[in-house]
Amino acid sequence: MADLQFSDARADDEEIGAIDSLVGEPAVMRQGERLVRGGLSRRRASRHLLLPGLHLLQNSKGWISPGGLNYLAEVLQVPPAEAYGVASFYDLFETEEPSQPGPRHRVCVDPSCAVAGSAELILELREAGCQVHESPCLGQCDRAPAMFIQELGKPDNVPADADGLVHRQQGSPALRLLKRFGVTDPSDLDSYRSHGGYNALNLALDMGPEAVLDQLTASGLSGRGGAGFPTGRKWRSVAAATSESKHIVANADESEPGTFKDRLILENDPFAVIEAMTIAGVTTGSRHGWVYIRGEYPLATERLTRAIESARASGLLGTNIAGSNHSFDIEIRRGAGAYICGEETALFNSIEGRRGEPRNKPPFPTTSGLFGEPTVINNPETLINVLEILDRGVDEYRALGTDLSPGTKLFCVSGHVGSPGLYETPFGTPLGQLLEMAGGVTGSLQSILMGGAAGRFVGPEMLDLPLTLEDAAARDTTLGSGAITVFSTEVDMGNIVRRLAKFFRDESCGQCVPCRIGTTRQHEVLLQITDKGPDAAQRQLLDDISAVMSDASICGLGHTAASAVQSALDLGLLQADMS
Amino acid sequence: MTQQDVSEVSVHINDTAVTVEQGTTLLQAARLAGVEIPTLCWAENLTPVNACRLCVVEQEGTRALIPSCSRLCEDGIRVETDSDRVRHSRRMILEFLASTNDLSQSAELQEWAESYQIDLDRYISPEKNNDEVKIEDDLFVRAYDRCVLCYKCVEACGDDAQHSFAIAIAGRGFDARVSTEYEVELPESACVYCGNCVGVCPTNALQFKVEFDLRESDEWRPEDQSTTETICSYCGVGCSLELHTQNNQIFKVTSPSDHSVTSGHLCIKGRFGWQYVHAPKYEPSKKS
Repeated sequence: MADLQFSDARADDEEIGAIDSLVGEPAVMRQGERLVRGGLSRRRASRHLLLPGLHLLQNSKGWISPGGLNYLAEVLQVPPAEAYGVASFYDLFETEEPSQPGPRHRVCVDPSCAVAGSAELILELREAGCQVHESPCLGQCDRAPAMFIQELGKPDNVPADADGLVHRQQGSPALRLLKRFGVTDPSDLDSYRSHGGYNALNLALDMGPEAVLDQLTASGLSGRGGAGFPTGRKWRSVAAATSESKHIVANADESEPGTFKDRLILENDPFAVIEAMTIAGVTTGSRHGWVYIRGEYPLATERLTRAIESARASGLLGTNIAGSNHSFDIEIRRGAGAYICGEETALFNSIEGRRGEPRNKPPFPTTSGLFGEPTVINNPETLINVLEILDRGVDEYRALGTDLSPGTKLFCVSGHVGSPGLYETPFGTPLGQLLEMAGGVTGSLQSILMGGAAGRFVGPEMLDLPLTLEDAAARDTTLGSGAITVFSTEVDMGNIVRRLAKFFRDESCGQCVPCRIGTTRQHEVLLQITDKGPDAAQRQLLDDISAVMSDASICGLGHTAASAVQSALDLGLLQADMS
Repeated sequence: MTQQDVSEVSVHINDTAVTVEQGTTLLQAARLAGVEIPTLCWAENLTPVNACRLCVVEQEGTRALIPSCSRLCEDGIRVETDSDRVRHSRRMILEFLASTNDLSQSAELQEWAESYQIDLDRYISPEKNNDEVKIEDDLFVRAYDRCVLCYKCVEACGDDAQHSFAIAIAGRGFDARVSTEYEVELPESACVYCGNCVGVCPTNALQFKVEFDLRESDEWRPEDQSTTETICSYCGVGCSLELHTQNNQIFKVTSPSDHSVTSGHLCIKGRFGWQYVHAPKYEPSKKS
């Protein structure tokens, strides 16, 4: 790498202090009196600290200043233009000095919060003189409307966290994935252990990797993020890879509007995620674990951080875990406001200190994932299923659910229901029954958004749908990430659909033409539609845009960016019912 | 790679069987078979970024279309390079670009726009890229209203050629743009004025100041232009140069991208150090 060139902008003491605390004193680049400029290996070795460094700069100064960025980029040996490209990618980082000091209130305007009155909340805050930014889904749909506050020198804050957590289903014997919610103390390892914690890891160490992989495959577990890839096959590929270095990544960047399950898992049962990642580590021969967690989840981050520290202190992370000859440890990376970073390869780039732009697949993560090395990437819900499979055995695990969708599923029910929240139910439960569990529809049911912004709208005729992967596919809908957003007839669906289109316009990374321009054109056409619905030419254009995004985009964001819009058009949700 | 390591794979491109060495991309295989596939962000002297998606083709048994510029041939696969879905995607991509950017100085894109029959009238007041042209020096200008974000300039400035890393993509989504840190002017940045970004730009968003001035003053005359090949006179490397001239005035310097010495890339001297050619001839004063 060539010598880097920096502008004259200098960091102030606060910024220097923040970055030095990240890399350790003295800054990594100093060896004796010499400033060491590294080659490619050093660049790779430290660049993954770029995102944490940007968080520190943002928090210490309220924005990423040219001087602060220069200092961070020099310490990590990242070209300043690239560091700026990364900083300007994320919503939670400001690259211009804020005109107005004081805390920044981010209020969610996505569907669940919109129907719960986020517009009124924004008005109220603005009238009180607060600085307000409209935000995409903050993953608090169970207590909408949601707010997230950034303030100079203070930890990021979700006011609703102070009110205590809402559990619709307290731990009960009928529950599997949620069995410890509200029962154990999430900060206490002993409490976790006294409720079955670390039993699965001991079983895994006893039976050995091959048996774990066999059980996982036999269980039929598939990924709970939406794509539904068989988890056993994923782990087996990485176990078979011969690389010296492999990784286990927990994708806790859940940003799909209407989804909040992984937040609640990390807040209520953080040790379960750590234990499951450790099992993945010893089973696949990976020593490095990473949790990439949404920047908007401060409480989950805090509890997970504490849980990792206490697992490490008890010899359950680090070298020779639980007395075995395996080593495994976990690092946390906080996202900074970018839906696209939930896409697995964008997430890898984000950890590596690059822009969160998805990579082309193949190669797949199992062969070329984080740092180009074989990687298992699963979300927390998928991971904690592994504990259930090992604890109960495959037969008991498969006793619930259907043949093609075994086990239970977490659903995030929000919008117009009596008790919005997280619900665990065996696969195959009819949609209507799930809504009853959630307190029933408040008002008269108009439509349901299945799977968030990337999902599809369905009408009341789908209440009999058994919630399984196969039934959803057969009836042309999706379970997606498990988000179920309910709309009564009081809702103007045009507003909801236009908001979803705006969401994709804002969240497209901009890398490929079909998605970068397609999401913008789709939103423009929707803004032009009258309340009679689209005319033939508008519908044709929307269909054409949908086809190119779905066919030719690089990643899943582009592939699904027209999905909800198209389903709304097919259901006639954009025609205002004037009767 | 030694001869015996090379194994071959066979693919069907539009029902024609093509046998190629392992490691060949679908685009290369198609070109070997005489099949044309349009590309915008691909260049033979840069790593494929797969961003424009113009080169997508349809592979039998695969849901989404695949980028032929980077996808390697796998034995036995069948691809269609001109199916309805492929043509639709290309047409939409060309409509998207033409509705966003000024493509008037890219002959290739204009040709494709016509052959794929794009219809711009159906876009009612689309948001455009209306960036003002950046003129910061006498060497080249940056007219980002023409920029289609193909990433070529970023790659040429970075790992693929110059390793200056003066520019990167900043921002996100429709607002993504090529930028220095905090949009500082190029002379303040790490730019070394090799002009390799100008050399790879497919839409003339980056162009020599001389060319820009000729166009601005309405003196641009393609019929009076010619290209002269020569060797750079500055050092011993021997870079091949193409001098693009209009009425004997150099307005652009390039190097062939398949040239074994340059791979199309030059340094500031070869690219911009030609003013002496136009200097008034030195006449030693005669002794009287």
